[in-house]
Amino acid sequence: MQLIRCPWCGSREEVEFHYGGQAHVSYPENPAELSDAEWARYVFFRANPRGPLAERWVHAAGCRRWFNAVRDTSTHELLAVYRIGEPQPEVAR
Amino acid sequence: MTENVRPLPSGPGADLPEHPKFLWRNPDPKPSYDVVIVGGGGHGLATAYYLAKNHGITNVAVLEKGWLAGGNMARNTTIIRSNYLWDESSGIYEHSLKLWEGLEEDLGYPILFSQRGVLNLAHSLQDVRDSVRRVNANRLNGIDAEWVDPAQVKELCPIVNISPDVRYPVLGATYQPRAGIAKHDYVAWGFARGANEYGIDLIQNCEVTGIDVVGGKVVGLQTTRGRIATGKVALAAAGHSSVLASMVGLSLPIQSHPLQALVSELLEPIHPTVVMSNAVHVYVSQAHKGELVMGAGIDSYNGYGQRGAFHIIERQMSAALELFPVFARAHLLRSWAGIVDTTPDASPIVGLTPIENLYLNCGWGTGGFKATPGVGWCFAHTVAHDQAHPYNAPFTLDRFTTGALVDEHGAAAVAH
Ligand SMILES: Cc1cc2nc3c(=O)[nH]c(=O)nc-3n(C[C@H](O)[C@H](O)[C@H](O)COP(=O)(O)OP(=O)(O)OC[C@H]3O[C@@H](n4cnc5c(N)ncnc54)[C@H](O)[C@@H]3O)c2cc1C
Ligand SMILES: [Zn+2]
Repeated sequence: MQLIRCPWCGSREEVEFHYGGQAHVSYPENPAELSDAEWARYVFFRANPRGPLAERWVHAAGCRRWFNAVRDTSTHELLAVYRIGEPQPEVAR
Repeated sequence: MTENVRPLPSGPGADLPEHPKFLWRNPDPKPSYDVVIVGGGGHGLATAYYLAKNHGITNVAVLEKGWLAGGNMARNTTIIRSNYLWDESSGIYEHSLKLWEGLEEDLGYPILFSQRGVLNLAHSLQDVRDSVRRVNANRLNGIDAEWVDPAQVKELCPIVNISPDVRYPVLGATYQPRAGIAKHDYVAWGFARGANEYGIDLIQNCEVTGIDVVGGKVVGLQTTRGRIATGKVALAAAGHSSVLASMVGLSLPIQSHPLQALVSELLEPIHPTVVMSNAVHVYVSQAHKGELVMGAGIDSYNGYGQRGAFHIIERQMSAALELFPVFARAHLLRSWAGIVDTTPDASPIVGLTPIENLYLNCGWGTGGFKATPGVGWCFAHTVAHDQAHPYNAPFTLDRFTTGALVDEHGAAAVAH
């Protein structure tokens, strides 16, 4: 089983975590002014690269805290983990 | 002694049978085509076949980065049914099921289509209500669907455990008698052979790496086997659709996930139908050869690796044992994964794009095998007429902006 490094608890088995999809998608600042196309983009469209993807995870069966990770979607390898609020680290492809 | 007696083999492999006849040519790409289809899975091959057969368009190439039908087409669990909830889905899935019913004859090739029926089990009061609603919706659309109680489930599939004292007892099921399974490889080969006979070029080991657009119009493709000029491009790349669309700056509401399946060793015929359960999270059928074919839902994270996590399989197996205690001593033989292209409403995207002469077929997620003939038919129509066929007209890319979603999460999910 893949080990995932929680930034607070250290490496734990994958089953302790839940996936939260793409990271750094913030709620629109001006919701009243958004067009339908902009709402569609916010609600339904998420990055889907083959390669590094910044995404959210929660350590559901541990400290129950959310964090971010950069993971390569072609190998499933976790390239970096970082706490919410920290900038997305540069990773070598 | 007659002349039929073969000489003794003189070395290893010397007594192997003749190589079977090739079903298609293996041509080099021509410099240009009227239509190029990207992706040589079931959908790409069926689209090619119907472009020729229904529309007389034969100056066509199918480009496949690996070998023909080695993607999801080789990895799916072959469940075919049309009992989705909404009218839009009934249209295209039932059109496909009707085509399946005549496909072997049409292709002149065996596909082992077996209408052994599909049971979708209900395990809670909410499940029961949703299932009965879906049965009624199906019947209004002229689709064979029945609600069956636990005793009838047992009659249809005697090895299902319907005892009331399990964690998720079987409270009944929806049953579609015309649903079933087919042999996925044969289906792909049948379509490939048919397309080849019409003169269509099936080009393997040819990865599309760029899409040339001039003045808002597609004019050609960059590939690992050189540039190919073309009037129209039809994308049928399943799990890689986002990667291809990004070549023209188009983003799609798609997430690519691993989806796993597995088979047991060969067993005596014991399981006469197909049983699926969204609640306990497993589905099981028995292939023609005798292996139990099982699967469940996607792995949670995005992935292009064609492999999934082991704990997903572990959970599937415990769910299978709750439903089928008789499998306790069966051995798992093999497991694998494909890359499935899921959408927010669990319905596909088939139609035009903002770029002229670029057509899109994707988003079939965990359930596009059953659609193979139906979507091939409709996508070919879309490409030939530059306009959607009525059956794929509701499945636009635009619906995520207009809000006209076709929410099939209830009929899809773990059920493929
Ligand atoms: C484990 C599993 C179980 C499933 N079970 C069922 C089921 O029971 N019933 C059901 O209806 N559906 C099922 N499905 C879904 C079904 O397999 C898919 O929806 C369907 O096969 C997708 O269409 P396709 O056959 O054309 O895809 P694919 O066979 O994946 O074809 C797409 C092709 O595009 C090629 N390609 C990608 N990028 C490029 C490029 N840049 N250049 C050239 N070629 C490219 C790929 O190599 C691939 O061969 C299952 C899927 C999986 C993975
Ligand atoms: Zn933790």
